[in-house]
Amino acid sequence: MRGLGWRALEAFANRREASILVVAIGLIIYFSLRSSAFYSSPTIKNIAEYVAPIALIASGEVMLLICGEIDLSVGRVFALSPIIMYLTSAPSPDGLGLPIWLGVIFGLLAAAAVGLTNGLITTYLGVPSFITTLGMLFFLNGVNLRALHGFQVETPGGHTFTKIFGGYPLWFNSEFWWALLVVVVLQVVLVRTRWGVHTVATGGNAIGARESGVNVRQIKIGNFVLCSILGGFAGIMDSTRITSILPLQGGTDIMFLGVAAAVIGGTSLMGGSGTIIGGFLGVCVLAILNIGFTILGVSAFNFDLIIGIAILASMILNVQIQRLKNLGVLGRGR
Amino acid sequence: MNESGNGREADDAIRVEHISKRFGAVRALEDVSMRLKRGEVLGLIGDNGAGKSTLVKIISGFQKPDSGTIFVDGEEVSIRSVAQARSLGIDTVYQDLALVPGMSVYHNMFLKRELLGKLGGLALPLLNNGEMRKLARKHLDEMGVRIPDVDAEVAQLSGGQRQSIAVARSVYSEAKIILLDEPLAAMGVKEGALILDLIRKLRDQGDVSMILILHNYAHVFEVCDRVNLLQHGEITLDKPTSETSVDELTELVVREYRQAQAGSG
Repeated sequence: MRGLGWRALEAFANRREASILVVAIGLIIYFSLRSSAFYSSPTIKNIAEYVAPIALIASGEVMLLICGEIDLSVGRVFALSPIIMYLTSAPSPDGLGLPIWLGVIFGLLAAAAVGLTNGLITTYLGVPSFITTLGMLFFLNGVNLRALHGFQVETPGGHTFTKIFGGYPLWFNSEFWWALLVVVVLQVVLVRTRWGVHTVATGGNAIGARESGVNVRQIKIGNFVLCSILGGFAGIMDSTRITSILPLQGGTDIMFLGVAAAVIGGTSLMGGSGTIIGGFLGVCVLAILNIGFTILGVSAFNFDLIIGIAILASMILNVQIQRLKNLGVLGRGR
Repeated sequence: MNESGNGREADDAIRVEHISKRFGAVRALEDVSMRLKRGEVLGLIGDNGAGKSTLVKIISGFQKPDSGTIFVDGEEVSIRSVAQARSLGIDTVYQDLALVPGMSVYHNMFLKRELLGKLGGLALPLLNNGEMRKLARKHLDEMGVRIPDVDAEVAQLSGGQRQSIAVARSVYSEAKIILLDEPLAAMGVKEGALILDLIRKLRDQGDVSMILILHNYAHVFEVCDRVNLLQHGEITLDKPTSETSVDELTELVVREYRQAQAGSG
């Protein structure tokens, strides 16, 4: 009969989130034992600050990856949205001097417009999203640099605004709470709504989904817009917290960390499967590793080294487990 | 083929008249007329490129004919999209199967027709997975489709099981006309027998009419009431299966092949 190891493997195959949670907890225990500074309130604050923007981006990327697409430009939207907010709400002559809430709306609208453009080019003009968003990545960088003439500026917004989006309401920074809310809502959307099921269907079998009547283009475009808005929202909150807006903030680093977290959390780059919670736990693992190494005084080189291994290991596991499942060797998946 | 009105048209589930379709210089269908009676199983055969798939795609709303008319239940309709075909009760089970491998059997059964429930009286549009699971189980059992676990991913099932689920899904969607594009393609004898049993069962229940694209003539005589032969975009034979034979069909196709060879030689 099948032994304990086999059953563990099956459980692993069926609940990827559980395994990544185990990894996260294991890392926490390891770093707490290695350094008493790890389990302290500044460290936890640091981790939350690190997690929040990447978690927002990872959530968007997970939805996109599940429906078979990717967004490389979201890291530039991360800078674009606060820049649009600045141009709208900073006192003249630098900005239009409009209320900050209008600035937020315009910033998010700009993000949505980028997502819409990505989606339209990908679905209607048939350009692979990897290329579409690669072009958008460079284009937006140019836009961002031009808009601020390459300089750093101060984030506009009054006291209340800063408190809601860039403050520390309870234990963690507000962006972390927003990220947590988004993760929970999107996880429900993914597994318990038509949009979620159709997103999975689109990535799992686009032709089949279309034949079943699923509007594949609409699903993809919607998820492009969603991912972009989440990136812009994260950018606005991050720049509010650090009180300055930089044309080069975010960029490919934050985007690739989001994709990495998604993959480590069990999302397939080939579409059709993945979870938001898994992506969030993936971000937590990256954050714990990063902050943990910093506390231990380990070089940043090792951080990238370990992320690299983690991505490769996760992907090999994903592919091989799917293969075994398709052969009927491993039990049912969910 | 006789398409003039003489009373029997009322029995037609679907009737197409004078359908033509070209792809550039290629003549896919030329003045094709075909009828499917209510509760009938019609076998559509013909060589590769004869136009079978094009005809099915036109009826299922995937392609538009250049000319010709389609009648459903005696009424003229214009089918512009798959969704519209479906709203007329026409559903298609394709070769490339419209199932999503990484999704559970019951989510596949309910794809695009998901049931929504309410969460604690709140009108949130959340899926009612429990109900879908239960109904999928019940429906598959009723149709004699043996799937051990409706929570299993479709990727883990055999080709025959998948095809059965696809057919069961069509029936469950209250389709009145089901088009099956090579339902037995790439399937072993045992698996194929499952599908043939399912088709027979549906035929005996009499609620649906079916058009099957088939390659194996023996299958035609196992499950079809009538057979149409398409050759070079035209229907060259339309007979009840009781009045024809594998030999006659083979003879017609071989003759076509010889003529083609003589023409090119």
